[in-house]
Amino acid sequence: MINHAEAAEKFNRDEEHVNWHDKSLWLVRQKRDAAAAHFKGWEELRNLASEIKTHTLSKLDQYLIEFEEQAIKNGAKVHWAENADEHNKIVFEILSKHGAEKIVKSKSMLTEECGLNHYLEGKGIEVVDTDLGERIVQLAKEPPSHIVMPAIHKKRKEIDELFHQHLKTELSGGDEVYLARAAREHLRQKFLNADAALTGANFAVAESGTIVVCTNEGNADMGVHSTKLHIASMGIEKIIPRKEHLAIFLRLLARSATGQSITSYTSHYRSPKPGGEFHIIIVDNGRTTQLGRTEFRNSLKCIRCGACMNTCPVYRRSGGHSYGSTIPGPIGSILSPGINLNDYNSLPFASSLCGSCSDVCPVKIDIHTELYKWRQVITKDLNKNKFKKIIMLDSGFIFSHPLLFKLSGRVVNSSLKIMPEFLKNNMIKAWTRKRELPRAPEYSFQQWYKKNRE
Amino acid sequence: MLVGLFIPCYVNQFYPQVGIATLQLLEKQGLKVEYPVNQTCCGQPMANSGFEKDAIKTYKLFVKNFNRYDYIVAPSGSCVYHVKKHFDIIEQTEEVKKVRSSIFEISEFLLKVLDKDEFNSYFPYKVGLHQSCHGLRGLNLGKPSEIIDESFSITKKLLSNVKGIELVQLDREDECCGFGGTFAVTEEAVSVKMGIDRINDHLNHKAEVITATDMSCLMHLDGIIRRRNLQIKIKHITEILNSMEK
Repeated sequence: MINHAEAAEKFNRDEEHVNWHDKSLWLVRQKRDAAAAHFKGWEELRNLASEIKTHTLSKLDQYLIEFEEQAIKNGAKVHWAENADEHNKIVFEILSKHGAEKIVKSKSMLTEECGLNHYLEGKGIEVVDTDLGERIVQLAKEPPSHIVMPAIHKKRKEIDELFHQHLKTELSGGDEVYLARAAREHLRQKFLNADAALTGANFAVAESGTIVVCTNEGNADMGVHSTKLHIASMGIEKIIPRKEHLAIFLRLLARSATGQSITSYTSHYRSPKPGGEFHIIIVDNGRTTQLGRTEFRNSLKCIRCGACMNTCPVYRRSGGHSYGSTIPGPIGSILSPGINLNDYNSLPFASSLCGSCSDVCPVKIDIHTELYKWRQVITKDLNKNKFKKIIMLDSGFIFSHPLLFKLSGRVVNSSLKIMPEFLKNNMIKAWTRKRELPRAPEYSFQQWYKKNRE
Repeated sequence: MLVGLFIPCYVNQFYPQVGIATLQLLEKQGLKVEYPVNQTCCGQPMANSGFEKDAIKTYKLFVKNFNRYDYIVAPSGSCVYHVKKHFDIIEQTEEVKKVRSSIFEISEFLLKVLDKDEFNSYFPYKVGLHQSCHGLRGLNLGKPSEIIDESFSITKKLLSNVKGIELVQLDREDECCGFGGTFAVTEEAVSVKMGIDRINDHLNHKAEVITATDMSCLMHLDGIIRRRNLQIKIKHITEILNSMEK
C-alpha cells in the first residue's frame, strides 16, 4: 500500500533537491505555456480533442473492431489481452516462435504497467529500453518517475556515475555531449544485435489500422527498421477514429508535453516489412472497468502528455516515485485507484485540489473533480482513515448544530486558545510542527456583530 | 436589496476584523446587510476530506439560513465555490437553486453585481496578490495562467484603484499556496514547502503585505511567516479595500 504523504516527506528532507526538481519541471510548464500561447485557437483545439475523445469512448467497441479489421487487411496480426498477464504471455509466445532473445523497446508506459521487462527477463530474454531516459532508469534499476521524462529526477552527475559503472565511460563531471555520445554508441550496438522491436502506441487510427508513435530520439524507428519482428502494445483507449484527427492530437501532444510544436519523429506503422511480422496487442487491463465508472470515464481520454505533472505543485515537490504507480501525478492519482483501490487510496488525497491540472490538460479531463470524487468513494468503501473519519464526523456534527458550534467555539477560545475544528487532536501536531496557529482574537465576529449591529 | 452575509467559520473565530471589513464595505454601498446568527459552515472541510455525505446536514442548514436573501456575500472564494459546485448532492429545491445562484465572493459581487471598483481606499504599501485557487480557477475571478485567453483579474482591478498601493509582479502569479484544507495536515511536508515557496516569491519582489480573497490561504502562509519571523504581513482583500486615509 502506497503512503504518498510519507514518501513525499522523505523527498522533502533534501530541500535543495526539491528546489531543483521543482524548477526543472516548472521550466517545462513555461515552455508549454509559450507554445500554447503561440498557437492560434489553443482552447478550441482542446475542446475539439476532448469532444473527439468523448465520442470515441462512447463507441469504443465499434472503433476497436474497425481498427482490428483494417490492421488485419494491412497484414498485421492482432491480439487481445484482458490483463497484464495475458499481454506478457502473448509477447513471450511471439518471441519464442521466432527464437528472439534480444529485444529493443521504445517508450511504452503500458509495458511498464504490465511489468513486461521483469517478466521477459525471468524467461532469459534481454530487454533494452532505447529511450535515453528510460535506459537511464533501467540501468539504475528504478521505475520511471515521469511518463514523458522518465529520468527527470536524476541529475547529470548521477547519470555520469551510472554510465561509468555500466557503460565503462570516464567520469566526465556530467558532460552532456560526452554522455549522449556514449549512450548513442551503446544503444547503436543494441539495435544492430536485436531480434525484435517492441513499441508502444500514442495513437491507433481506426479507419486505417495504423499505429502512431511519437519520439524525439527516433528510437522507435531504429528498432523497427533493424529487426523483422515488430510488436506494438496499446491500451484500448488509444483509438482515434480518423487520420485527420491526428492533426488535432499531434499538435496538442508535443506542445503540452515539452513545448515543442511537434516531436522530432512521428512514425506511422501500418504493415509488416517484406518477410517480417507486425503484431499489435490490444490491452484492457482494467480500462473497461474504468469506462464503466461514469464519474471517472473521462480519465480514459488521457493522451499521456505529462502536462498535469509538470504543473502540479505537489508532484513537483514530491517526485514521481512518491506515487508508487506507473502513472504518477494528478492523472495517475485518478487512474491508479481504478486499478487497485486498496494500494492507491492515498493518491487522491495527494492534491490541494488547486485545479491547475484540469486547466492545463489538452483533452480537458476534469482531473481535480475526479480526485474529489475518488475521495468520496474511498472513505465510503474503505475504513482505512479512521482517525480522520472520527475528526470529520465530529466536526460535521458540530458544524451542523449552531448551538454546539458556538459552545465549542467558546470552549476552544477559552481553554485551548484557538484552533480550527479540523485541526483538533492529532492534526494540531502536523499543523504546528512548522507553522504557528492563528492568534486568538478577543472576540469572534459573531460577538462583535451582536454587540454592534443587533 | 437585502444581502445575507456569510462569514466562514474560521474567519468568525480567528479573523473577526475580516468579517467587520466585509460588512462595512457592503454597508458603505448603501446596502441592507444581515448576518444570520445561526450560520455555521459551508461543509467544505468534511467534503474535501471525502465525507461529503456527512456534510449534507450542514448543507441543508446553510440553505435554511440563507435562502431568504437577494444575494449572499462572503469574504471567501473557496466557500462560495463549494456551495456553487458541490451542493449538487442534495435535492435541488427552489431554495437550494436560489442559494447556489445568488452567492458571491465579495470582490466579484462589488465589481460584477454592483458595478463598483472604487471605494476611496488608501493603502500605501507594496502588496503581493496571492490568487487563491478556488476563486481563480473555480469562480473565474481572473484568467488562470494555464488558459490561453485575454488576461483579466477582478481582484487586480479592485486593488489597482486603491490609493498608494503598489502591486508587485510575482514570478509565479497563480501557484497554489499549499493550504488545501486537510491537505495542510495530511500532506504536511509538501504543504509547508508550497507555502514557503509562495512566501519567498513575495519576499523576493519586496512585497510588504500578501493579500488574497481567502483567509484560509493566508492563515497557512501566516503560520509559516510567524514561525520563521519573516518580515511580511497578511491582509485580506476586504481589509485593504476598507482602509481609508486618516
